[in-house]
Amino acid sequence: MRSSVSVDKTLTRSGLDIAKIREDFPNLGRSMRGKSFVYLDNGATSLKPRQVIESEVRYYEEYCANIHRGVYEFSEIATEEYDSIRAKVAHFIGAPADGHVIFTRGTTESVNVVMNGWGRKNIGAGDVILISEIEHHANYVTWQQLAQEKGARLEFIPALPDGSFDLNNLDALFDMPVKFVAVTAMSNVTGYKPDLKTIIDTAHRHGVPVLVDAAQYASHHTVNVAELDCDFLCFSGHKMCGPTGIGVLYGRESLLEEMDPFMYGGDMVVRVKRDTSSFKPLPERFEAGTPNIAGVMGLGAAVDYLQGIGMEAIAEHEQHLIEYTLMRAAEFPDLISYGPADHSSRGAIFSFNLGDVHSHDVGSILDQEGIAVRTGFHCAQPIMRLFGIPGTVRASMYLYNDIDDIDMLFTGLDKVRGIFNR
Amino acid sequence: MNYEEDLYKEIILENYRSKKNKGAIEGASFHAEGANPSCGDDLELFLSVNNGVIERITYDGIGCSICCAGANLLCEALTGRSFEEALGIVAQFKGMLLEEQEPDFDDAISDLEAMQGVKKYPVRIKCALLAWNTVEGILNDAK
Repeated sequence: MRSSVSVDKTLTRSGLDIAKIREDFPNLGRSMRGKSFVYLDNGATSLKPRQVIESEVRYYEEYCANIHRGVYEFSEIATEEYDSIRAKVAHFIGAPADGHVIFTRGTTESVNVVMNGWGRKNIGAGDVILISEIEHHANYVTWQQLAQEKGARLEFIPALPDGSFDLNNLDALFDMPVKFVAVTAMSNVTGYKPDLKTIIDTAHRHGVPVLVDAAQYASHHTVNVAELDCDFLCFSGHKMCGPTGIGVLYGRESLLEEMDPFMYGGDMVVRVKRDTSSFKPLPERFEAGTPNIAGVMGLGAAVDYLQGIGMEAIAEHEQHLIEYTLMRAAEFPDLISYGPADHSSRGAIFSFNLGDVHSHDVGSILDQEGIAVRTGFHCAQPIMRLFGIPGTVRASMYLYNDIDDIDMLFTGLDKVRGIFNR
Repeated sequence: MNYEEDLYKEIILENYRSKKNKGAIEGASFHAEGANPSCGDDLELFLSVNNGVIERITYDGIGCSICCAGANLLCEALTGRSFEEALGIVAQFKGMLLEEQEPDFDDAISDLEAMQGVKKYPVRIKCALLAWNTVEGILNDAK
């Protein structure tokens, strides 16, 4: 049961009124397995506020039309709305004038657009692609496959046993023929947030472009690509209160200009002759076919929603949640948690194992208590190899989670112990 | 019944904890690997066969309680069986979890019925069946 006297718990030090925020998310009012629903799988996808759902419905009900092609009013409205959301997203991530926002299906597609368009053209035999062992498969397998295709090789930013980076000899890594760097802004397993500025500045000193996988980061923190100075940044709408099937690739104009499109077709061409075609300018050149228009509307509403609450306040609230979680975890001597002990370099992701109980069993018992967590290797087998384990239980938090959710997680873990220690 | 009686009943936990059939068989007649990539279950099966009869069967690897209990029950149930008998038991066990078949195992292997409750939890059925699908592959290949 949610506690009834929870003023000091919901009104956290970030000043956010979590009880009020929770009212925006229809899913949170539901029960699962007959218990009140506790959602701690935000690393997989976030729940959607009513405002986002309504924006998609509004598009479908009120001005459903294709963009960039109709001469009638509703198509004009849809086109204007679509283009204004591109500008909104650019502002949301602090894009400079020489940067572009391209809509994709999600982070995975964004990484693949860069691999295909920049990687295939510029990476050859003997070249090095520098990634890390803490990457999600989207930012790992993509580069591994390119390396195989081109006879290039993958090298890794050295990781410490807690999954954080050792950047002491970063500069020396560029003695190798590094052509490209692809790195996460926040681990989906440990929540670790590497010092991206150092990595990007070092790479740039050696003339090497950097792609940042911000799938986990962008939903919880202020992003400023101009300050970060990254060359590409990828993230997904569905992890930041937006719909599934919509994502963003931010790219620096000079690099995008030399890239081939990932897909060809309508809406990206200027003139099609018998044997040749000419293409639209950036960013439309990378958006062949009818895009996910409703998804873009939803993403725009998600950005409005998050900015209305404030990214700084969200990050602060989550910092409070992860600190509280790690404090509670210390009460369980048989609980092993993964990731750096330093809270300040971590987002609100709590990966752990309980004694020798398999993560799948922990997840199954929590499910029966109405608590949604993720179990297994979380699309990140390389970091599991680093930790020497087959998987973890992962509780990942977001703006609508509160201390009650964390308390219920630990009550659920007591239940797991009860079952396995009997 | 609640999930504690379906999934985590004593007999399943006992089979999960049992080390009797755990480990590799040196010079096994048959060996195969099975994995459920999404949940990290990863097992190996070892069969030592003499005159068409499974003399010993063991499993090794990592899996959740349902997966390991399923593997241990398999080792217990198939020891001393001909390939044909073994395939019959596998078919009955899979029928119990994947179809509407009511189990009717011999008294000696009636413990297998303990796994019937897993059927109510669709995501766990593949855990229970991992060793069984793996041994089915071995037996069919050997035919």
